[in-house]
Amino acid sequence: MKPLLRLIGRRLAAALPGVVGVLVVTFLLMRALPGDPAAYFAGMAATREAIEQVRSRLGLDKSLPEQFVVYLRDLARGDLGQSVTTGQPVTRELATRLPASLELTLAALILAVGTALPLGVLAATRSGSWVDQLVRVLTTAGVSLPTFFTGLILVYVFYYLLGWAPSPMGRLDSLYPAPPRITGLYVVDALLAGDLEVARAALRQMALPAITMASFVLAPLARMTRASMLGVLASDFIRTARASGLSRGTVLYTYAFRNAMLPVITTLGMIFSFMLGANVLVEKVFAWPGVGSFALEALLASDYAPVQGFILTMAFLYVLLNLAVDILYGVIDPRVRIEG
Amino acid sequence: MRLPRIFAVAVVLMLGGPAVTLAQGRADTLVVVTEVGPNMMDIHAPGANRPMYQAAWNMYDRLVTFGSKALPDGGKMYDYAALKPELAESWTVAPDGMSVTFKLRKDAKFHDGSPVTAHDVKWSFDRAVAVGGFPTFQMKAGSLESPEQFTAVDDTTFKVAFIRKDKLTLPDLGVPVAIVINSKLVKKNATAQDPWGVEWLKQNDAGGGAYKLESWKPGQESIYVRYDEWKSGPLPRIRRVIVREVPSAGTRRAMLEKGDADISFELPPKDFAELAKEGKLKVTGIPIENSHRYVGMNVVNPPFNNLKVRQAVAHVLPYEKIFSSAFFGRGILLPTPVASNTFGFDPKLFPYKMGDLPKARALMAEAGQPNGFETTLYYDAGRATVDEPAAVLVQEALAQIGIRAQIEKIPPANWRANLTKKTMPIFLDGFGGWLNYPEYFFFWNYHGQNATFNSSSYVNAEMDKWIDAARFETDQKKYAGQVRNMQLVAMRDVPRLPYVQVFLDVAMQKNITGYQYWFHVQLDFRSLVKG
Repeated sequence: MKPLLRLIGRRLAAALPGVVGVLVVTFLLMRALPGDPAAYFAGMAATREAIEQVRSRLGLDKSLPEQFVVYLRDLARGDLGQSVTTGQPVTRELATRLPASLELTLAALILAVGTALPLGVLAATRSGSWVDQLVRVLTTAGVSLPTFFTGLILVYVFYYLLGWAPSPMGRLDSLYPAPPRITGLYVVDALLAGDLEVARAALRQMALPAITMASFVLAPLARMTRASMLGVLASDFIRTARASGLSRGTVLYTYAFRNAMLPVITTLGMIFSFMLGANVLVEKVFAWPGVGSFALEALLASDYAPVQGFILTMAFLYVLLNLAVDILYGVIDPRVRIEG
Repeated sequence: MRLPRIFAVAVVLMLGGPAVTLAQGRADTLVVVTEVGPNMMDIHAPGANRPMYQAAWNMYDRLVTFGSKALPDGGKMYDYAALKPELAESWTVAPDGMSVTFKLRKDAKFHDGSPVTAHDVKWSFDRAVAVGGFPTFQMKAGSLESPEQFTAVDDTTFKVAFIRKDKLTLPDLGVPVAIVINSKLVKKNATAQDPWGVEWLKQNDAGGGAYKLESWKPGQESIYVRYDEWKSGPLPRIRRVIVREVPSAGTRRAMLEKGDADISFELPPKDFAELAKEGKLKVTGIPIENSHRYVGMNVVNPPFNNLKVRQAVAHVLPYEKIFSSAFFGRGILLPTPVASNTFGFDPKLFPYKMGDLPKARALMAEAGQPNGFETTLYYDAGRATVDEPAAVLVQEALAQIGIRAQIEKIPPANWRANLTKKTMPIFLDGFGGWLNYPEYFFFWNYHGQNATFNSSSYVNAEMDKWIDAARFETDQKKYAGQVRNMQLVAMRDVPRLPYVQVFLDVAMQKNITGYQYWFHVQLDFRSLVKG
């Protein structure tokens, strides 16, 4: 246990300069953008005077270094500032929106991994056969259809035509109370509270957006699994294993699959962080209150605090995620030793 | 590790069971789907967005409100000429015409049960004129400028002293910012740095209006429930209103068509045109008062500082095409500045011949630009649904007279800043005024005070003379002449070319009645009936 803790500590310390860099660059970049938040937030019938009033109220009439000091001071107190667009403290926004994104991303990822891995393995073991071709067609279609398009098609078919899916209005229908907050993931919270009906409602709301997202990331995962499996299956130790008369299942799962997983895990980590922040279109189609659309709206409105808060949070998540991937590496392949 | 197994069982149970019907329990509940919801609950706070006006309108009372009038097509709209009591039972203007005294309802109570007094009214108005930004400027539009103007004579008598005779003063007390707030409640939650309690009121309800805020999840939904003790009007029929934020227009339309939503604004004009044709839903379109969309040209910088060039553009602008292909006919073709339901509307004042290419080319030659020039045509990306096709049509038309325009789409955040800078040579924009007076519109858009919305930087002493005179004119005939002159000058100098007055479109289920158009273009829950 000790080396693991040391590894975590060392990795976090090493990530610190990077996070600080992100902090400074985001701060400067936001202010280098051409938009004028004061003019934007002064509203419809604003005069120049009104715009200047808003500017001083937002603290944007101060010099850049002064603004940065204020920002750091607030940050030290755990205050990420106020979003002017949504009128809410950024910490509160992220605290409600990040779990929404996490829940959807996790569900999509589970779905994607659940389909992509078997498909990839199948395609690799029957390379060149019709199964392989079918997988190729499926994955190509998934990745080449834009997510909002897949989303709209699914809404059209399963909600509008067939009526199987609930109305795409976010995480939970207004008829159900939100479950008591423990993890922030509605399905998990509802199950922990023993409320099966709410959990089911939340799961039903999640089905279409999760399928939409999963269909998009299916391709890289399945292709990566297939390529990696093919590589491993052609290697010497598999030939040796086969020659030693081990059963097909043992060869495939105990030896080949486990070794083929390493590049897949790397891809998985990348896909996860990408999905978390960059699924604005899926969030829009399904009215999902996630972080992606929140950050985009804020960016379009030159709303500094939420963009800075979002990027900072994402930077932390990336650090944690990479750490998790590295640790997972060690679990899957004991030969891998990671030094901080 | 028993947990995963429980989860698996639960998942199977959940997915296998029958679907809960969504219509259940929604007989007296109205479901509104909207693109964006309120971003805060205090209309006086900086950055309060437009959907917030809807919340303020339904959660708070004002002293006065407006009557309603029937439209020829059976629709209903507010009547700006008929001021009606809301919190005030009656009012009298002093004989010298320099003040007005309101008598408040004695039985009115805030949502927390405390009585509404004249002191609350005074505190609320003081707040509106002192807090700065939009509310202060809106109050100023009605010559309501300083706290000294407001006096609570006793608990139920409230007096407003005028600083000048202004016909907009009384109507301005009926706009969404002139709300009456529960001052005791807010003061309890105010701090030394924040004496007006903005931080607290941004998150809370301190109103006495027909609807109470039941719950609010910013970015997701706001739920309002009827306040049964409301006395300022007939008790509304809808018991509960759920305003759900659904950003994608396609999803909103699907929800309407499936019957999961009752009412929605904010679909693209193409969808409204289709829904109106299909007839499954009720679609009501009422031209947004005192508004127009236009092509603006910068009158200070070359090349559009040349009047002949601007007049040439006036001859070739594809008015009809923009109206039918960008707006799908959801509006009124409007080539003159004053809108169709505003005093002084007269499209015959348009002095040019539409589509007169030879004349336009001759004007370009006279302007010393026979071969045209290169320029950039700007529009707001936030309005791309209509402005993108409109921009392409304008670009094509300009090419006919040699003006090679590149289209530049500006993110919404930068749009306001661009307007303020006033450097865009040619651009698409629009404006709508809350108070339905032509001179009010001209004051923001054509006056030499050069407000943000006079984005062409148009300054002309003659124009200012007519606008200033019209504002305080009492002789109806003279007033009509002034409004006519404003338009003639505007059409002669063409700092901008209006082309359409758009509809405020709303689609609703067939069982929804009582919808009424308001100048603030938000939904009034109070008059709606379901079933």
